[in-house]
Amino acid sequence: MTLGWQLYVFIIVIGSFITHFLFLRWTSRYKTDDKPGTGNTTGHRWDGDLEEYNNPLPRWWLNLFQLTVVFGIGYLVLYPGSGIYDGVLDWSQEQQYAEQVAAAEAGYSEIFAAYAAQDLTALQQDDKAMTAGLNLFGNNCAQCHGSDARGAFGFPNLTDDDWLWGDASEQISATIRNGRNGIMPAWGVALGGEAGVTNVAHYVRSLSGLEHDSELANAGQAQYGLFCVACHGAGGEGNTLLGAPNLSDDIWLYSSNLDTIQAIIDQGRNNQMPAFGDSLSEDKIKVLTAYVKQLGQ
Amino acid sequence: MQTANTYHDKVVRQFTVMTIVWGIVGMLVGVILAAQLAFPALNFDIPWLTYSRLRPLHTSAVIFAFGGCGLFATSYYVVQRTCHVPLIMPRLASFTFWGWQLVVVAVAITYPLGITQGKEYAEPEWPIDILITLVWVAYAVVFFGTIMKRRVKHIYVANWFFGAYILTVAVLHIVNNLVIPVGLWKSYPVYSGAVDAMVQWWYGHNAVGFFLTAGFLGMMYYFVPKQAERPIYSYRLSVVHFWSLIAIYMWAGPHHLHYQAIPDWVQSLGMVFSLILLAPSWGGMINGIMTLSGAWEKLRTDPVIRFMIVSLSFYGMSTFEGPMMSIKTVNSLSHFTDWTIGHVHSGALGWVALITMACVYHLYPRLLGLQEMYSKRLIEWHFWISTLGIVLYIAAMWIAGVTQGLMWRAVNDDGTLTYTFIESLKVTYPFYYVRLLGGLLFLAGILIMAWNMYKTWRHSQGSVEVPVLEPQAA
Repeated sequence: MTLGWQLYVFIIVIGSFITHFLFLRWTSRYKTDDKPGTGNTTGHRWDGDLEEYNNPLPRWWLNLFQLTVVFGIGYLVLYPGSGIYDGVLDWSQEQQYAEQVAAAEAGYSEIFAAYAAQDLTALQQDDKAMTAGLNLFGNNCAQCHGSDARGAFGFPNLTDDDWLWGDASEQISATIRNGRNGIMPAWGVALGGEAGVTNVAHYVRSLSGLEHDSELANAGQAQYGLFCVACHGAGGEGNTLLGAPNLSDDIWLYSSNLDTIQAIIDQGRNNQMPAFGDSLSEDKIKVLTAYVKQLGQ
Repeated sequence: MQTANTYHDKVVRQFTVMTIVWGIVGMLVGVILAAQLAFPALNFDIPWLTYSRLRPLHTSAVIFAFGGCGLFATSYYVVQRTCHVPLIMPRLASFTFWGWQLVVVAVAITYPLGITQGKEYAEPEWPIDILITLVWVAYAVVFFGTIMKRRVKHIYVANWFFGAYILTVAVLHIVNNLVIPVGLWKSYPVYSGAVDAMVQWWYGHNAVGFFLTAGFLGMMYYFVPKQAERPIYSYRLSVVHFWSLIAIYMWAGPHHLHYQAIPDWVQSLGMVFSLILLAPSWGGMINGIMTLSGAWEKLRTDPVIRFMIVSLSFYGMSTFEGPMMSIKTVNSLSHFTDWTIGHVHSGALGWVALITMACVYHLYPRLLGLQEMYSKRLIEWHFWISTLGIVLYIAAMWIAGVTQGLMWRAVNDDGTLTYTFIESLKVTYPFYYVRLLGGLLFLAGILIMAWNMYKTWRHSQGSVEVPVLEPQAA
């Protein structure tokens, strides 16, 4: 903030406090001998019978009011808020966050360092490490892959032995650390519109032995060889370097029905696995890798 | 026929009936939402029925349709009687009625279609916002114009609160809805990022402060002394708590954004002034309860008085809870949990709805030339069913909220979180069932009220014109 704005905030804040203080002093001076609820009314009368007593402010209420004002002043001395002054404690939420993260690191990093010192197989035998893996999975991965890791429409099942980006531990940890971006281009125009798309879709279904129209599939085979083979392979076996799914098995990221396959060929797909390298330490990624890998074994 | 010597009560009658109609609609949508949370399949995979679209419909229907019509009805009723003149410009008053109904219907159509500004409690798109502005300006003209023509020197305290609510809501509505339209049903705010968030919650919290607090305190200040047949406890207290309430409420908004991407100093001020707000808020409760205190024997015989005392108690409770929840330490536990929902409903059901119902029970028979409602027993039933509903609702949400807050922060020995989010949801389910039951009871209460009002109307000679009372000295 510029000095002008600082002063603006300061004047309004302090002015508010002073105004309230004077207001309370002025109104609390008034005394009456009447017992509450029995004195004279103010002398005004509305709508026939509406009148007002003028009882003094309840003492406990005034004290409560003043107490909160005093607390407010005290708080603004200690913490930022008055505009020109950041408070005696020099507190900020960024700093509080940094301190809590540092404290957590100091307290917990040794535990994960000890886990990460083991090799992957040993780690998978370590119940405590696997419980930590389960907890990490539950709060970082389950949102998409499901609490049972079986995935969902568009989100891979991690409990089967089909791995889009490979099942080696380096490949899994790279997926967690850096994320993945699986791009299936839109082929609708290149295939000459709906007829071409339908042909290729029938051919794709034939690769895994699903029901298909063999005439259309034959027509689609040539175009598959032109456009699809580069990523999905001649037999539809896929390619883990590109994250291209295997089309010859019975595992489908979306659905095996004809409409879905046609829509994907026509419009493409852009799948993103976010990167966790910024929020999870390398040690935690190793534990998580061990955990995820044993899910599919 | 309406004459120069009778109050213009037609618009009051219209708003009173629509208060109950929209109350039933808004609470029914609330019950549907509570059921969807307990049984998610109940959205039937129909986009218009999804939680995300019905939720703003529920909040807007109960706040602006039910609460709004109640405020229009009572403020028009009160301002004429305490100024001893009929409403000025009855046709403009009639415009506010039809205009406001159009706003509500437009909202009820556009929200389920997914047309929204995405600002909480300010979801209507810009064409509806313009209509709201026109209605509101007309409302201010009628209300303040009537006050200017008053035949008594002093302005009654209820009118201060109504006046503050009308003026402030106009400012809040206009400032928070400054947008650049990019189509008939799409616009972007002129503010961006953190500034947009701060403007939104300056609006959001003052909607609570001025619409749901000051406005309903205006109701309280007329109908409580009327029903108790007692003078207001302290004029002086009403002066102090009025000015401090409206001065301090303005600051409290940032407590909705604790520990988020707004400057530390803004959060501090939001918290400090929320705490200082405790006493000014309680001033209204003290004045209400102490006014009733000479009439305790009526608690046994008059269920309307019972509505009033319980609503004032809930008011006191929520205005204590609010400042506590604005303390950063407490807020870091309560934020994003169902505790907030419980807090809002102890205010909305306990205070706003109960005081509105009490006022309608008072004024509705009088608009029909009767002294009281058709059945006192039905009012008693309404009272007990509603109170039970509220208690079930807020107790369930308190327990659910604190449980969620504690589960989300629980940490294992190795620093990993003890619970996943889904586990906290599983624990919440039983409380969602209880909340649904509480909501159903409250809905049943207003249905009993509607039936009672229908029977009252059937037993009356129809609407009557009430002669303007001559002002008199005390």
